[in-house]
Amino acid sequence: MPFEVGILHYLTLSSLLFTIGVFGIFLNRKNVIIILMSIELMLLAVNINFVAFSAYLQDISGQIFTMFILTVAAAEAAIGLAILVIFFRSKGTITVEDISTLKG
Amino acid sequence: MNNMLTLTALQPLWAELFMAMMVMGFLIFGVFKGDQSTRLLTFLGILGLFFVSVLLMNAPLGKEPLLGGMLVQDVFGRNVKLILVVALAVSYMLSLKYLYDTGFVKFEFPILILLAGLGMFLMVSAHHLLSFYMALELQSLSLYILAAFHRNSAKSAEAGIKYFILGALSSGLILFGISLLYGFTGVLDYTQLGQIIAELEGIEKTGVVFGMMFLMAGLAFKISAVPFHMWTPDVYEGASLPVTAFFALAPKLAALALLLRLLVGPFEALVTDWQMVIMFLSVMSMVWAAFAGLVQKNLKRLMAYSSIGNMGYALLGVVMLTTEGVTATFFYLMLYLIMVAGVFAVMLCMQRDGVVFKQIEDLAGLSKNHPKLAYAMALLMFSMSGIPPLSGFFGKMIVFQEVVAQEMYVLALVGVLTSVVAAYYYLRIIKVMFFDAPDMPYSKGFGVFRNGVIIVSVLFAVFYVLRPDALLPFARTTATDLLTPPAIIQTHDIQLDN
Repeated sequence: MPFEVGILHYLTLSSLLFTIGVFGIFLNRKNVIIILMSIELMLLAVNINFVAFSAYLQDISGQIFTMFILTVAAAEAAIGLAILVIFFRSKGTITVEDISTLKG
Repeated sequence: MNNMLTLTALQPLWAELFMAMMVMGFLIFGVFKGDQSTRLLTFLGILGLFFVSVLLMNAPLGKEPLLGGMLVQDVFGRNVKLILVVALAVSYMLSLKYLYDTGFVKFEFPILILLAGLGMFLMVSAHHLLSFYMALELQSLSLYILAAFHRNSAKSAEAGIKYFILGALSSGLILFGISLLYGFTGVLDYTQLGQIIAELEGIEKTGVVFGMMFLMAGLAFKISAVPFHMWTPDVYEGASLPVTAFFALAPKLAALALLLRLLVGPFEALVTDWQMVIMFLSVMSMVWAAFAGLVQKNLKRLMAYSSIGNMGYALLGVVMLTTEGVTATFFYLMLYLIMVAGVFAVMLCMQRDGVVFKQIEDLAGLSKNHPKLAYAMALLMFSMSGIPPLSGFFGKMIVFQEVVAQEMYVLALVGVLTSVVAAYYYLRIIKVMFFDAPDMPYSKGFGVFRNGVIIVSVLFAVFYVLRPDALLPFARTTATDLLTPPAIIQTHDIQLDN
């Protein structure tokens, strides 16, 4: 019997990717770029979810949603990197531990 | 061809369209004229917002979704947008002089505020999970830039990074929730979602509840309810002062309106599931903000905790989804926003030769150097802590009245006790202003706008007692319209391809 990839496999994969993304944000102590990558990972996990559901439900709107997410993710990454450049200019570093002037 | 898009058919959305065109026009103008056009753009922005409010007042309202079910322009949305217009205009008024005083004049500032405002308008109107997401992102992306706007300051850049990371995380949570909702129901439209969710059972219902929890966690970030509040104090402190004022005035109201529309629309059938969550968020916000606020030294951080706490009180009205409860929420928020505008206007006056002072101890002796300012701030602080007969008292009274009427005595008790605790940090400001040794006076010349905002805000706080139900009908129409179930709507008949 050939192995068939069903909706559950996709859901498991996307949930795993999403969890890795969330943990990547909180556990990472090194570099802000890695946080940006984690954010992308979360959004892409959601995209897998949408496409899988869209194929499963035979409904196109999930795939349309994916297109919008991709576009917004691009804009978000652009803004994130721009803010990072500003931060690097004023601090000279982008390690996570140095983002700690503000607290109380 | 009955759904051809004509300008008349779009009349309900004229206000939004006008705002979008304003943004584009301003951008082109600014690019050609450079940074010296900031003043002009700000004035044009205030004028434009006036036109937006006129368009809103004349917009034909109805529960019928527009643009293929994407947006809806109803009384609830219109009223929230009217409050938002005022908040945007006040942000403009407060920002202009500050930008010139600190020498950080950039024409993008008024444009970004307007763009964020447009995002908020669309958030309030969203009637489809796709438009909901796009509107939320339009608002959030503008706000990320605004938080990092003072780009020479390390603190501002850090605030921007923190806000961006946590904001993107919350957007991710919201999206994951949306994808689950879509997967288990197959639709994205609010009306259809509501109909399908009401009939769901078993594993599918569990999936939808799961998706809803993700969605609510993400939105709790946006309204900065504890335990999703950790970005708020940092962003408030790091961002430049007019941006903080803007953050305190507008975005949370829009996010709350968005949350309310979801809760009464698609999630109406899941009321037992989300009620506990809202209750938890509300209680946690009230308690945490009251105690964390006690140890703050920075005035902006204090205002952040104050806004978290006040969001908790506002959410109290949402817990029981009655007309009276939501009325109380909006009533409370309106009174709060008017006070906050005054407080930030006072804070903006605390500068000497372009250097801004933000610590509570910088207020020392304000009553000697600037007695009028000190008395204004004192009245606003008394009002914020809910001391009668000032306006803040009436907001709290209406909210607690509703909570008691619903027999949720524990919630009412928590609310009253935390507002007593929170009163300490408001009163401490008064103590510092009147009894501590004075420092050097601040620069003279606070500007017409700032003075105007302070005067209006203080007069409102003081004389509200004469007409204690002035804003209540407005809040009540808003709440009633939100909770009115829409008549049967045929969204499914609209075909976009003919």
